Amino acid sequence: MFRFILRRLLQMVLAFFGTTLIVYALMFAGQGDPIQALAGERPVTAAQRAYLTQKFHLDQTGVGGFFYRYFDYISNLLRGDLGQSLTGRQISDILAAAWPVTVKLALIAMAVTILFGVTAGVLAGIRRASIFDNSTLVLTLLVLGIPTIVLAPLAQYFLGVKWQLFPPTAGAEPNLYALLLPGIVLGSLSLATALRLTRTSVAENLRADYVRTARSKGLVKRRIVSVHVLRNSLIPVVTFLGVELGNLMSGAIITEGVFNIPGVGFNLFRGIRTEDGPLVVGIVSVLVVVYLLSNLVVDVLYAVLDPRIRYE
Amino acid sequence: MRVRRLAAWTALPLAVTLGLVACGSGGDSGSGQSDPNAAVRIEIAEPQHLVPTNTNETSGSQVLAALFSPLVDYDEANKPYEVAAESVTSSDNKVWTVKLKDGYTFHNGEKVTADNYLDAWNYGAYAPNGQNSSYFFEKVAGYEDLQGEKPAAKTLSGLKKVDDLTFTVTLTEPYSEFKTMLGYTAFYPLPKAAFSAPGVLAEGYEQAPIGQGPFKIKGTWQHDAKVEVEKYDAFPGEKPKVAGVEFRIYQQPTAAYADVLSDNLDVIKTIPTENLSTAATDLGDRFQQSPASSLQVLAFPTFQKEFSNPEVRKAISMAIDRDEITKSIFKDSQQPARSFVSPVVAGYRENTIGAAGEFDPAKAKAMYQAAGGPSTIELSYNGDGGHKDWVDATCNQLKANLGVECVGTAEPKFADLLTKLKAKQPVGLFRMGWVMDYPSMENYLGPLYSSNGSSNYYGYSNPEFDKLLAEGAKAPSEDEAIKKYQAAEDLLAEDLPVIPLRYGQNNFGHSTKVKNVEMDLFDRIDLLKLEAVK
Repeated sequence: MFRFILRRLLQMVLAFFGTTLIVYALMFAGQGDPIQALAGERPVTAAQRAYLTQKFHLDQTGVGGFFYRYFDYISNLLRGDLGQSLTGRQISDILAAAWPVTVKLALIAMAVTILFGVTAGVLAGIRRASIFDNSTLVLTLLVLGIPTIVLAPLAQYFLGVKWQLFPPTAGAEPNLYALLLPGIVLGSLSLATALRLTRTSVAENLRADYVRTARSKGLVKRRIVSVHVLRNSLIPVVTFLGVELGNLMSGAIITEGVFNIPGVGFNLFRGIRTEDGPLVVGIVSVLVVVYLLSNLVVDVLYAVLDPRIRYE
Repeated sequence: MRVRRLAAWTALPLAVTLGLVACGSGGDSGSGQSDPNAAVRIEIAEPQHLVPTNTNETSGSQVLAALFSPLVDYDEANKPYEVAAESVTSSDNKVWTVKLKDGYTFHNGEKVTADNYLDAWNYGAYAPNGQNSSYFFEKVAGYEDLQGEKPAAKTLSGLKKVDDLTFTVTLTEPYSEFKTMLGYTAFYPLPKAAFSAPGVLAEGYEQAPIGQGPFKIKGTWQHDAKVEVEKYDAFPGEKPKVAGVEFRIYQQPTAAYADVLSDNLDVIKTIPTENLSTAATDLGDRFQQSPASSLQVLAFPTFQKEFSNPEVRKAISMAIDRDEITKSIFKDSQQPARSFVSPVVAGYRENTIGAAGEFDPAKAKAMYQAAGGPSTIELSYNGDGGHKDWVDATCNQLKANLGVECVGTAEPKFADLLTKLKAKQPVGLFRMGWVMDYPSMENYLGPLYSSNGSSNYYGYSNPEFDKLLAEGAKAPSEDEAIKKYQAAEDLLAEDLPVIPLRYGQNNFGHSTKVKNVEMDLFDRIDLLKLEAVK
């Protein structure tokens, strides 16, 4: 177990450098004129241009310039300095402000997914082909079919503006209630997937040999389902949820935008829009770490759920 | 000065078209008792900076307008009148004397003196400080010495203190409208407390700017969240009618719009394009429009032979149905333009291009053929600014009305288009946008059409026009300057180096909790007029 984790951690170092290199290269290649992009519709004076060019080494172009800027970035990163965004704010400050609210939102979405998705999935799996099963099938298909870019504004309009059940936007220091609607919207997609996964897995396991054995030796159905079936059915679901947690943590660009939540996705979107290379790479570097860690946690969880799985 | 890429991002509506129909809570603004103890909430985007000489976008300048009081403001006729200044005078338009009103103090108690203005302006003009608005000082003598990587001087030689409340500004050239310039954000003073050493801005000043305006900052600038200000009791000028303002930061105007609909936000400055069609039903008379300073034109490369004949240019102008395009493509979020200056500046006259602005396909076609216009027309634009729709519509009109081939060509960025123009490569007709720096006719004419204008990309050169502009700059009074500028505009109308197409427009709205919401010339909410409703 210990050796497994150590090996994975070492692999993570490699993956981290690989991904930052790719992201940095993409931002570098896609960058047109970040100074003009920052100014938007306004003029940029020669003095201002010279100032920013010098500050961010924007005059270093081509392959040589790329590696110069990449190594400059990485060496700063290793010293714990994420650098400054083009507007002069410390990226570490931006992330420190953005992260808590994104994590809150992700946890709410996750809670919604587990609470409703897994529970309904188990019920649907047990009562296969019942009305409950069929109606959840239709509902989940519907949710899966509607992209967030439609779902989020619709939810905001009907639940927030028209019927005033929730505040229409959450803002910077939201309470739990204000985050509930964006959390549900964000979680609804993974909820639907989790429900389908759980349902199939439970339905399959109910027909397994060990269930028949358990039944024949007289175990009550409740115990069969909650102890034996559930534990075995959860392996694919946990894999999915682990990856999904990474996804949710990376911030929901659309949901955070619609509900005006200044989290990670919100900042990432701004960084991309204004061609703010340092900001985008900084956020993505941290996201890579989040993904790698959440995947590691999932892998370790396998062993807890299924003792047959051993790590070398 | 310089060309602006208009509405590069703002015009890109999200790919959502929601059937947000009439939720209609029809407004009853204007009624209700004013509540002087309430704070109002206004939507802004995250400001880039909150230092006067570094702030040139509307969100930052909206916040600074609360914290600072300008030297001059603009009256109904868009002419400047003194606010923090007692007088701004000059006998020759070259040496200007600014007298300050007594009694102004900064929010930290410091008395406002001439030094505060000189310090702030010198800081702004000094190139190594990298201030966004430094070019506002380029008319002041000595500006050149502050440019480059290692400038020869640290202070503008044209700025001289006379006494505590008086200073003089010497310009390199006479300029009759210098007083008009002084209303902009870049010309605010900075307190001594803003500097940690002479010419060095104190770390953290930007997080809690100290001004001399009607409001003082409450706490600090909370990035991506809000900036709060409260009434400054020792302010000697016109008092605001609300106790404070919360500038709430939004990334997407759609979110702000939803908040205004449900009274969670009081003022939205820009209603998103996708909501414009329903805004009138959603907000009733709380949906407001006002002219903005921007102007969109279609420009001719007059250095190219095909377009050197003004008759060809006029024919093309007459073949374009401006009203139809503003209505069907822009949903009336912009207004058709038939003059070279915006309605927000003094001296504006309607319809200065006359017959060339009238949509008359038959006459246009006859004129075009008589003048021997080219059989193929190309319209170039920057592909990142949401211009495709109207360029294509214009092209279709030209095809139908002139019987020519027309293609729209997108360049990735506006800068790419300018590079080609500077090299005098044939790009056909091209789009240009302009936002004023200060409300003066000169700002719409000089940089764009004078022979050595900084944004004259059309190769237009008319000695008569240059002469009139120079005379305007030297004119003894503002009214006489305007007369010269109007004569210059008339010359443009004859030559038509560009076709004016559309004026920008502010589309803003407010909740049921506020009234007297007005937009000023710089697209900012007027915070002194704004009232909260009980």
